[in-house]
Amino acid sequence: MTHGAESDGRVQTRSSPPIVEAIDVSKRYGATVALSSAQIRVMPGESHALVGRNGAGKSTLVGILTGLRAPDTGEVRFGGELAPPVNDREAWRQRVACVYQHSTIIPDLTVGENLFINHQPRRNGLINWSTLRQQAEEVLARWNVNVDQSMRAGDLKVEERQLVEIARALSYGARFIILDEPTAQLDGDEIKRLFVRIRELQAQGVTFLFISHHLQEVYEICQQVTVLRDARHIISAPVAELPKDRLIEAMTGEQVHFGFADAVGRVIPPEAPVALKVERLAGDDFNDVSFNIRRGEIIGISGATSSGRIGVAEAIAGLAKFTGGSITIEGKALPSGSVPAALALGVGCVPKSRHVEGLVLGLSVADNTTMTIANKLGPLGFISPRRRGDVTRGAIERLGVVTEGPEQPVSSLSGGNQQKVVLGRALASQPSVVVLIDPTAGVDVKSKEALLAVVENLRREGKAILVVSGELEDLRTCDRVLVMRHGGVVAEHKAGWSDNALVASIEGISA
Amino acid sequence: MTTDNKVSGTSPRRATSSSIGRVAIARLRDLALLPALVALVVVGSIVSPVFLNPNNITTILTSSAALALIVLAESLIIITGKFDLSLESVYGFAPAIGAMVVVPAVQFGFGTEWPVWAGSLVVLAVGGLVGFVNGFLVVALRLNAFIVTLAMLIILRGMLVGATSGRTLFDLPDAFYGLMEVTFLSLPLAVWLAAAAFLIAGLVLRYHRLGRALYAIGGNPEAARAAGIRVERVIWGVYVLAGILAALGGLAITGYVGAISANQGNGLIFTVFAAAVIGGISLDGGKGTMFGALTGVLLLGVVQNVLTLAQVPSFWIQAIYGAIILGSLMIARFAGGQVQQ
Repeated sequence: MTHGAESDGRVQTRSSPPIVEAIDVSKRYGATVALSSAQIRVMPGESHALVGRNGAGKSTLVGILTGLRAPDTGEVRFGGELAPPVNDREAWRQRVACVYQHSTIIPDLTVGENLFINHQPRRNGLINWSTLRQQAEEVLARWNVNVDQSMRAGDLKVEERQLVEIARALSYGARFIILDEPTAQLDGDEIKRLFVRIRELQAQGVTFLFISHHLQEVYEICQQVTVLRDARHIISAPVAELPKDRLIEAMTGEQVHFGFADAVGRVIPPEAPVALKVERLAGDDFNDVSFNIRRGEIIGISGATSSGRIGVAEAIAGLAKFTGGSITIEGKALPSGSVPAALALGVGCVPKSRHVEGLVLGLSVADNTTMTIANKLGPLGFISPRRRGDVTRGAIERLGVVTEGPEQPVSSLSGGNQQKVVLGRALASQPSVVVLIDPTAGVDVKSKEALLAVVENLRREGKAILVVSGELEDLRTCDRVLVMRHGGVVAEHKAGWSDNALVASIEGISA
Repeated sequence: MTTDNKVSGTSPRRATSSSIGRVAIARLRDLALLPALVALVVVGSIVSPVFLNPNNITTILTSSAALALIVLAESLIIITGKFDLSLESVYGFAPAIGAMVVVPAVQFGFGTEWPVWAGSLVVLAVGGLVGFVNGFLVVALRLNAFIVTLAMLIILRGMLVGATSGRTLFDLPDAFYGLMEVTFLSLPLAVWLAAAAFLIAGLVLRYHRLGRALYAIGGNPEAARAAGIRVERVIWGVYVLAGILAALGGLAITGYVGAISANQGNGLIFTVFAAAVIGGISLDGGKGTMFGALTGVLLLGVVQNVLTLAQVPSFWIQAIYGAIILGSLMIARFAGGQVQQ
């Protein structure tokens, strides 16, 4: 396995079998099809890019290729041989490894211990520490990872941590490594260094499957690309034969257009008062962000996950602190990092994860819906069951929540209905400014449609709405979409943008 | 990269069909201990003809009142998702300090000889202060509640033993026995106090925003914070309230025993947790009701009483007591269809 690395991009025509091949794999979760007859062929020695938008099926395919999930139908082959059974972790580890965005090392152990977790060298049944240290040094030296094996693994930088994880995979004997958005948490110089290492390892016969939202990186480091969309395999081709515009087209495809939600041609009266004014806002991961939203206007913010868009939204909702600039709600200044203050000034928020900040799963629909207005449902903070029930039933009806009634625990609702309850909670306080962070993440198409219809109704009622999302469907309702990268606003698109132009802008390439 | 989210997109129909049963089970869990309680009452009336005698019922209620107050305190903390082990030390420490600022030095007092009403206030203030310090350590310094309150338990116990040189305080002013000696409708004040406390706590937990906030914080503090609940402030307040309730419980047991020994409350926290948990208060936080906690207290009170009436040798009472707690847990598990963590 010592093919020349960046050869001509036509590696698959060679006679050797692909190092990994998924043939016709499908996977369903309940009613949801996560992957439908997808395929991928990765040839030894190449760097193969796997691209697709959120929900395209990349994670599912990676799960199948790493043996974490068994496909419902179809098969996976390594070097022409059928993949080992899912429960034979050892066999999988010798064939494939994935370096995830989140760390899989144990921070309080040393680098050396992390390299040999659960297969430490032993003598007389006890761990032989001197051999372990020596072997760890050998592994790190062999793969040219310049890290001291005695370091606490939690003190490694992201860059070093990734290299240690790669070295660990290689020490198991795997020569096929999946990199899941390896550049998301790296800065420019670190990315350059990572690419140098990838090319070096490629020259030593290591094969990579590279997942990235940054398409220019695909052109920089990969020879072959596979595109997934809506759980299906769309195209596999040499990178050189697929220009950027065709790649983006393959990723976005034909969009489902929600007629009622499209903002094209909508005119916001210039005399409509400004409800939310954000001026030179700065915080942990964003800087110098300014924009206004008028009543009856929807503004979108998009960008990669690490672009700072979520930080801006959380600052406006009081969920996170800001360190500079100002936020003004209906003429009043919002103090930094106080949800009660934001609620009092009239901000309602759908936070980024319904399971983390959105819902108390064990409590009822009524408890969750009225959580933001618990002080307004009766005298002296007492909650009148009748008013609580009325408010909840109003929200259930308005948002179309499919539920037995206000007393049903939200844990037994479907994802889409849970998300409607989160929206209900945001709207219960009758806010004038509504902040929606990834409002349709992980919900089915019908719920998505219903949620977006509610957003449009809110706009008609004259609320100022901020939609912070990476989903094009969410953004189509917006009068303007701001695109953020590295904590700053880099572009603005008026309603009527083409998918390609927006995706190109989000991914940071000029299409 | 979140294809996994699709897992949650299951059909709403299926989700709702099973939910009727779920709501019913949640209600049933409150009543889960009643079969065990009924079984014990039946056993008790077989064991001894005086068991159902009104005087004996009064005895059970009177002996349970102090435990009831401290179980109430602990339940509020557990529902909020925290722990307070130090309540058992507050139970002895607070009344002892209150007594020592009142009684003369010859009776092991501090020699301050404050008026009795001031001493009573000191009892409550000490309880509140300990809760405040616990709250500071847990909320402001973000230390682990279990270990902080364990340390506090040891410190307070040590301070009580140190202040009294291990001696027992007796011959206290009448006010210190008032909770047990003043009766209304032939039940001592402590029983009425505990009943009122449970009633108020039950109503607040069900119908007041602060009560709902406890469940929200215990269930998911991040979501509670995002909904505008001042999570830290509420937790801190619950610690203070629990300290005061435990001090009241200590005052009740002082009246019941007629003295304050240096080890008043020693080891009680295990019984407190047992009562709360068999009463359906989840140690994970966010779940449980005051009604459940009250049945837990009464169950333990009835067990004690039945064992005494059955003239079980006192050396064996503890072992049987423990076995009955386990048995109740299992009965509650099958009756309620829900694991009691």
